[in-house]
Amino acid sequence: MKRRDFIRFGSAGLTAAAVLGAARSRQLQAYAHPVPDPRTDGDRVVPSFCELCFWKCGILAHVKDGRVTKIQGNPNDPLSGGRLCPRGAGGTGLLYDPDRLQRPMIRRGARGSQRFEEVSWDAALNRVAEGMQAITARHGAEALALYSHGYGGSWFEHLFKAYGSPNITHPSYAQCRGPRDAGFELTFGEGAGSPEITDIAHARCLVLIGSHLGENMHNTQVQDFASSIRAGGDLIVVDPRFSTAAGKARHWLPIKPGADLALLLAWMHVLITEGLYDRDYIAQYAYGFEQLKAHVEPLTPEWAHPRTGIDPAVIRQTAHLMAGARPATLVHPGRHVTWYGNDTQRSRAIAILNGLLGSWGRRGGLYSSSQLEVMPYPKPAYPTVTAAIRDRADPTLYPLGHELAQGIRDASIRTEGKEPGIRGWMVYGSNLPTTLPDQRATYRAIQDLELLVTVDVLPMEIVGWSDVVLPEATYLERWDDLNTPAYREPFVSLRQAAVDPLFESKPGSWIAKELGKRLGLASYFPWNDAKEYVETRVRATGLDWERLRKDGTLRGSPQPLYYEEGVAPSFDTESGKIELYSAQLAGLGFDPMPTFHDGEVEDPPAGYYRLLTGRAPTHTFGRTTNNRLLSEVFAENAVWVNRAVAAKWRLQDGERIYLKNQDGVRSTYSAPVKVTERIHPDAVYLVHGYGHKAKGLRFAQARGIDDAELITRYKVDPIMGGTGMNVNFVTFLRASDVDAEAAKEVVT
Amino acid sequence: MKGPSYGMVLDTRTCVGCSACVIACKTENDVPDGVTRNWIFTEVSGTYPDLSMSIRSERCNHCENAPCVAVCPTGASYYGAGGTVQVDADKCTGCKACIAACPYGARFVDPRTDTVDKCTFCLHRLENGTPTTACQEICPTQSIYFGDLNDPESDVSRLLASRASYTLLPDAGTRPKHFFLR
Repeated sequence: MKRRDFIRFGSAGLTAAAVLGAARSRQLQAYAHPVPDPRTDGDRVVPSFCELCFWKCGILAHVKDGRVTKIQGNPNDPLSGGRLCPRGAGGTGLLYDPDRLQRPMIRRGARGSQRFEEVSWDAALNRVAEGMQAITARHGAEALALYSHGYGGSWFEHLFKAYGSPNITHPSYAQCRGPRDAGFELTFGEGAGSPEITDIAHARCLVLIGSHLGENMHNTQVQDFASSIRAGGDLIVVDPRFSTAAGKARHWLPIKPGADLALLLAWMHVLITEGLYDRDYIAQYAYGFEQLKAHVEPLTPEWAHPRTGIDPAVIRQTAHLMAGARPATLVHPGRHVTWYGNDTQRSRAIAILNGLLGSWGRRGGLYSSSQLEVMPYPKPAYPTVTAAIRDRADPTLYPLGHELAQGIRDASIRTEGKEPGIRGWMVYGSNLPTTLPDQRATYRAIQDLELLVTVDVLPMEIVGWSDVVLPEATYLERWDDLNTPAYREPFVSLRQAAVDPLFESKPGSWIAKELGKRLGLASYFPWNDAKEYVETRVRATGLDWERLRKDGTLRGSPQPLYYEEGVAPSFDTESGKIELYSAQLAGLGFDPMPTFHDGEVEDPPAGYYRLLTGRAPTHTFGRTTNNRLLSEVFAENAVWVNRAVAAKWRLQDGERIYLKNQDGVRSTYSAPVKVTERIHPDAVYLVHGYGHKAKGLRFAQARGIDDAELITRYKVDPIMGGTGMNVNFVTFLRASDVDAEAAKEVVT
Repeated sequence: MKGPSYGMVLDTRTCVGCSACVIACKTENDVPDGVTRNWIFTEVSGTYPDLSMSIRSERCNHCENAPCVAVCPTGASYYGAGGTVQVDADKCTGCKACIAACPYGARFVDPRTDTVDKCTFCLHRLENGTPTTACQEICPTQSIYFGDLNDPESDVSRLLASRASYTLLPDAGTRPKHFFLR
């Protein structure tokens, strides 16, 4: 039996939705000068779901006189519960961004010159279809690739599947979550999901390995994080940076960057040698305990100490805390885990630790999700594609990896004696120069393409390099497919347009269908539009369409979440058990149990510091840094430098600097120094998503430093092909010196 | 029967400083570009790695003894419903005496009207039947509580009775009605 069961609506139907609008308990007394009403309540309130990040929280868009005035959380929605993160609340800053793409455009200058001619939709779509067909005629549909990130991407994935291309990729795999899911699948037979199947709210001990909840603002997780704190749960945070979460932790372990695996192994050592692990659970469900026991036997806290910088007594104490709260101890799987190229093994260590604590399938650990099954819209079967995805040079590489975004890029580069396997890209919502490591390779690939089409809302860097630009309507102006994630409870939520598209922008669903018509694929798009598409699916499933439109979300009956509630343990692994020892990995030539290899993670050279990156709560990478509303609180990133390091370099707080990396690449722009005690002296920290070069992003351009341009090196995870990006080192250049030098050059 | 005394309680234990409160306030109250009625303050003490940190969502403290009201020459700053501190834009000349007098930096000039503006505790919402402020309603960590300090059953009263709390700059003698739970 699969752990994730699909739930069908039976006669039991839906539970009653929460009633909106609590009754007013107290009346105001009359007073002299009433506070003026800013009148931002909508004439209409349209429920939908958010797209400022990818969590898909239920929202209520207030519409007044045809404009969205404000966005609140939808109390009916299980992901938002009526509350939003700042990005969700700031969606109007995207809708009314004065820099939005307004009309279709075709490139008129050299690639990357950002010179375009505005054309009709018909001309732009014809140009795309002709370009795709020309490539297909000569090289087959397998010479085309789709990069996608975001919910509207589903329409283009459908288009590419109908067209017969195997190259559909999401950088959210190899540049983000991939290693984690590989590690969990190897151990439990199931990934950690999105939304993650973490029962944070009920954790009595929450362990974060580099996860910066509270700065990383996936709404429900942060809500649950606060619930756990309110309930008095213990918090252990492992991070070289004193993060927001670390500031709330009972134990902050300021680990040496790159040494997490040594700590995880030492924790296993303590749990096993002191007999603190869940013996019954391991006996019943786990495979390879004796091997693991022997493996970690020598990996004492004293062994870990010089590698991690963490006091052995603290390692023991925190292990005891974890054991004391088990099985309601959750070692969080993390999300953006492409750090050092050994990330699958670190993720596996996290998974194994959860196994030893008996937290998988248990309350306060990792729950068993359920998902609503909605009927598909009837459409023809996709053609059979025999060509393999062109995401790696050698099919024997990265045996557990799939859809490697950097591999598809590399297959697009023309090298001496080798024709590129990929000739054309369609890019939906993925700003590849800042998404993929090694920008030079990305720009080389782009220069070699015969066709680059982008579908986007804003003039991101990738747009400037495109041949054809198709301006999409924002999430507040369009319908999209239904959201039915695997979650704590089965539910379906609706994206519906709150207002009409501005300018000549069009919903992705319309763009994909129009391209389909021009590519001879009209039969794959039998729906009139996205609204009719979702309405048909909802009605065919027997759900109440009118109520879904009104409430935004329909929730199914509660399902058991834990083994304690009757979920039957089952593990989709080779042994059918939790694999502490992986014969599969051994067979592929990898460590069957996570192993810390001294020297595998390189130390910074003298005078250089490891570049670490993360999130600001107000931003989703570079997608939101042009949002004027969100930038009211976070307009520019800063370089976090440890106070002692700053003193050594005589850097003042607020002074502007450039960063130069180990390969001599200097940041295009400067950023202020943040002199702080909150960062390990071996590292500097930057919030990702700044330093835009695209001229069209008139607010974000030249604001702060783009970490991505400094990530010239990456270490590929040999198991699944994830790109470890925390392997770059930077040093400081005073902006005053650099700018004076530049001025001199201009004069001479 | 005593009338209401509106106050706010912020739980520093759960606040992550995400600024959802700032953005929601801006859209709820149509606050102009470049200014905000609330903000995040992060206080860090210690030396790496022995550190502690407190994060607070802050705004006008709606002081019982408000220097802004005392100093206002036109009566534009006044004590409104529930003892809140409000600004009557019609009476405000934009002289900025209140901005100088406020020890919390809570006030600013609205560039559209050249009058002074600040947090109102969203009393317009209360008037319209919504008992929450916009910042409270949006807060993903449920760290913001608004209510009647004179009602012993209100959330704010019960939190203040059960948890240790503090106000900002207590020595200034302003008697703030914005409390922070430790």
